[in-house]
Amino acid sequence: MASDEVKVIGAWASPFVMRPRIALNLKSVPYEFLQETFGAKSELLLKSNPVHKKIPVLIHADKPVCESNIIVEYVDETWSASGPSMLPSTPYDRAIARFWAAYIDEKWFPSLKSILKAEGEEEKKAVLAQVEEGNALLEKAFNDCSKGKAFFNGEHIGYLDIAFGCFLAWLRVTELAGGHKLIDEVKTPSLSKWADRFCNDPAVKPVMPETATLAEFAKKIFAKPPA
Amino acid sequence: MGDTEEVKLLGVWFSPYAIRPKIALRLKSVDYDYFEEDLFGSKSELLLKSNPVHKKVPVLIHNNKPILESLNIVEYIDETWNASGPSILPSHPHDRAQARFWSAFVDDKWFPALKAAAITKSEEAKEKGMKEVEGGLLQLEEAFVSISKGKPFFGGEAIGFMDICLGSFVGILKAREKLKGEKLLDESKIPFLCKWANEFLSDDTVKNVVPEIDKVVEFLGELEVRAQSAVSKT
Repeated sequence: MASDEVKVIGAWASPFVMRPRIALNLKSVPYEFLQETFGAKSELLLKSNPVHKKIPVLIHADKPVCESNIIVEYVDETWSASGPSMLPSTPYDRAIARFWAAYIDEKWFPSLKSILKAEGEEEKKAVLAQVEEGNALLEKAFNDCSKGKAFFNGEHIGYLDIAFGCFLAWLRVTELAGGHKLIDEVKTPSLSKWADRFCNDPAVKPVMPETATLAEFAKKIFAKPPA
Repeated sequence: MGDTEEVKLLGVWFSPYAIRPKIALRLKSVDYDYFEEDLFGSKSELLLKSNPVHKKVPVLIHNNKPILESLNIVEYIDETWNASGPSILPSHPHDRAQARFWSAFVDDKWFPALKAAAITKSEEAKEKGMKEVEGGLLQLEEAFVSISKGKPFFGGEAIGFMDICLGSFVGILKAREKLKGEKLLDESKIPFLCKWANEFLSDDTVKNVVPEIDKVVEFLGELEVRAQSAVSKT
């Protein structure tokens, strides 16, 4: 019988890698974190994720699981007896959570990334407007999903909190670089409070990079000359 | 359950994504009202109201609550009518993760590559794109062999999540073969997937749900004409 060992292959700066780490923390599952070197891919990564060759990868009892949101569901289902459920209990609420998680990855995060890459005032303005539109939608989604509780998932951090919250450090870096607040008490009051609660949660704090450290890192990687 | 259960599905006959919930609803023997959206016309009030964010089909409306995104809808159907028919998702967490992984691969990598290769005017890009599509099919062949363990479907004896996901594109592949002579379902390269594709199309839950290949051929031809005339207008 393979050992029950859990490993996560990842990198400290990646928001996607944060997702399985938070999930494992929430379920109190110990794991070994295997840090990839920036710019190179390890043998283990290439062997465990031959299709995409990307992090994060969770290896449980020698079997790999890939794709961050899929890993979070896997953790929730495998350690279902440990800690609260990360997905809501009704099929409808689960469908809503999955919908917004997909929206965040397919629409919201790409537009956040383009703020840092935008050239010229016109482009910057257009991209900012997109992100703010997304934030307004997510503010409403939060109010609908949380039903007055602390997190998207209710009393406890869940799948959608993790899917969105993992980007908060990068969001702060983008705000600093652009000199423009994206989530704040005026535009997105509910999200602003949720962001503080999320970042300070004991399952999140150890894996969320400090904004200053991340900002330094961002300068380095965006300073690379185009290939 | 209650006799006031109301299930509506908004779709478009051609859309592989809209085929998915139809198969799932049949697997669970759920009755529903189908509303066809006008593919080239304007979007209905109901669609715009139910899916304001993306304004796309399919949309499942269950007791007035909309559920969006085809694979989400399939999971919702599986969870809601869990006492009915076979389980669409596998039961073991690792197998579920595999099913979700490969369906994400199909939707996020494989089909977009096929669409791009089909649309592009550049011969070079087309060739490169089709190579990627063929490579993807080889990976899916390997995945099928490993997951099905000798049974007819990804889901085992019965159609499951991954069958629905990839199967929804089989009609397009067969139509493209007729229209363009493009043999992506090549028995010499992907024998297991080819067998699987035929099993899928002849299954009772799929047979009357997927559009006839000849209708798809005609439609693809029409799409091409429209695309060309749009280009010549600019």
